[in-house]
Amino acid sequence: MKAVITVLGNDKRGIIYNVTKILAESDVNILDISQTILDGYFTMVMIVDIEKCNIKFEELQNRLEAKGAEMELNIRIQHKQIFDSMHNI
Amino acid sequence: MLSYEGILQTLSMIDNQKLDIRTITMGISLMDCADSDGEKARQKIYNKIVEKAGHLVEVGQAIEKEFGIPIINKRISVTPISIVAGASADKDYVKFAEVLDRAARDVGVNFIGGFSALVHKGYTKGDEILIRSIPEALAVTETVCSSVNVGSTKAGINMDAVKQMGQIIVEAANLTADRDSIGCAKLVVFANAVEDNPFMAGAFHGVGEPDCVINVGVSGPGVVKTALEACKGAPFDVVAETIKKTAFQITRVGQLVASEASRRLGVPFGIVDLSLAPTPAVGDSIARILEEIGLEHCGAPGTTAALAMLNDAVKKGGVMASSHVGGLSGAFIPVSEDEGMIEAARIGALTLEKLEAMTCVCSVGLDMIAIPGDTTWQTVAGIIADEVAIGMVNNKTTALRLIPAIGKGVGEEVSFGGLLGSAPIMPVNKYNCDVLVNRGGRIPAPIHSLRN
Repeated sequence: MKAVITVLGNDKRGIIYNVTKILAESDVNILDISQTILDGYFTMVMIVDIEKCNIKFEELQNRLEAKGAEMELNIRIQHKQIFDSMHNI
Repeated sequence: MLSYEGILQTLSMIDNQKLDIRTITMGISLMDCADSDGEKARQKIYNKIVEKAGHLVEVGQAIEKEFGIPIINKRISVTPISIVAGASADKDYVKFAEVLDRAARDVGVNFIGGFSALVHKGYTKGDEILIRSIPEALAVTETVCSSVNVGSTKAGINMDAVKQMGQIIVEAANLTADRDSIGCAKLVVFANAVEDNPFMAGAFHGVGEPDCVINVGVSGPGVVKTALEACKGAPFDVVAETIKKTAFQITRVGQLVASEASRRLGVPFGIVDLSLAPTPAVGDSIARILEEIGLEHCGAPGTTAALAMLNDAVKKGGVMASSHVGGLSGAFIPVSEDEGMIEAARIGALTLEKLEAMTCVCSVGLDMIAIPGDTTWQTVAGIIADEVAIGMVNNKTTALRLIPAIGKGVGEEVSFGGLLGSAPIMPVNKYNCDVLVNRGGRIPAPIHSLRN
């Protein structure tokens, strides 16, 4: 099963490090990363494979959101299907 | 292939444009709960609702979190209670409403629809008792919604029922006068009511439906409005195409949530209702879409044309996005639940007569409209007759949720809070129609009902 992680907020050091650390610890494999900075606004989209994730989806979501709150970023993870269904026929 | 822009667009729709799933509604048949002993019937009703819908809210919340899409309401619709309770010897069905209310609260849904009767051609004993019980049932319960179908294209209009519903609406208003007549906000009078409507207050689970089913209603006026902001000055062809594309995207989310809820609950998927449903929140208004198309205020000349195009484009875009489409499917125009409509009504741009014209081209009808508290029941019945006639002749569902605001008049407002919103009291034509509504009988079905 695939999920999309999005990270939005003001750019600062260690964003990718902190997010990928949680993913590595949870056995979540990163399939694709796109990242850009628009006017100092950090935007990152990751497609990840959560098939072998060693914790529940909700727990992973809580860890990412908690890290987001700590770093003053909006970090979220959603099942990929919602994007597929809206943008692909 | 999923694009970066697509992902960010979806997030922006959810975060900034209020894209959400308006409701997951579980339809539950109560046909097998009928019993000659009312007490036993109510026990069976309670047990069945709790058994079927026990996990509805929990599953809805899980989908909401995993997909990152808000699901505003989880609701239940049941078989019209007049049919189920009719088998009992009870002379009053208020206790049936109370058991629905208790079951709804215990499973955690915010509304339960189906305190209903279908009388477009005539009354059964159960229908008579149910309709008489409506005002008290709505006054003593919080979550129960009631509806009565008084006309159809096939059967014509039951004018005895129209007359009675005029009286019932006024009585329901009086019984809840201390709460801005909120009883009437939970009461719908229909023509051509549909059996699989997921939206309240008019939802009930039709007799042709399966034992249990999941229906989903989508929303997204803010998404359509934002998409149209990029079409300034463009001809209608472009506007219609833009709405279609947006409606497709909105409905796809509805289809996804519906099939996921159906799978997790082990209940068949029924339909997605291709709807644009507003809320009183800023940025979630149908009126603002119409204004974006080019009106100074909703209600101005051109409103009906813009709404007709919007309604049609929503259906065309949505129909390909879902495997089964049903319910009411169209744009809703409930005055008190739409921030732009509230403003238009407040400044006098939107009148009752203009709303009546608008209901000819969209779903559903004269919805959540506050009228002066001293409006007579005969006038209420006259308004019902007009709206039901529009539904009958045009082969469409029309509905009325009129709120006579007891103790208040034009220039004042009623306020219900939450999704039901608030509404300025609109003036009503002051000339009487007493002789017309007192005739009773049935208006015959129109000639084009004979399609066989």
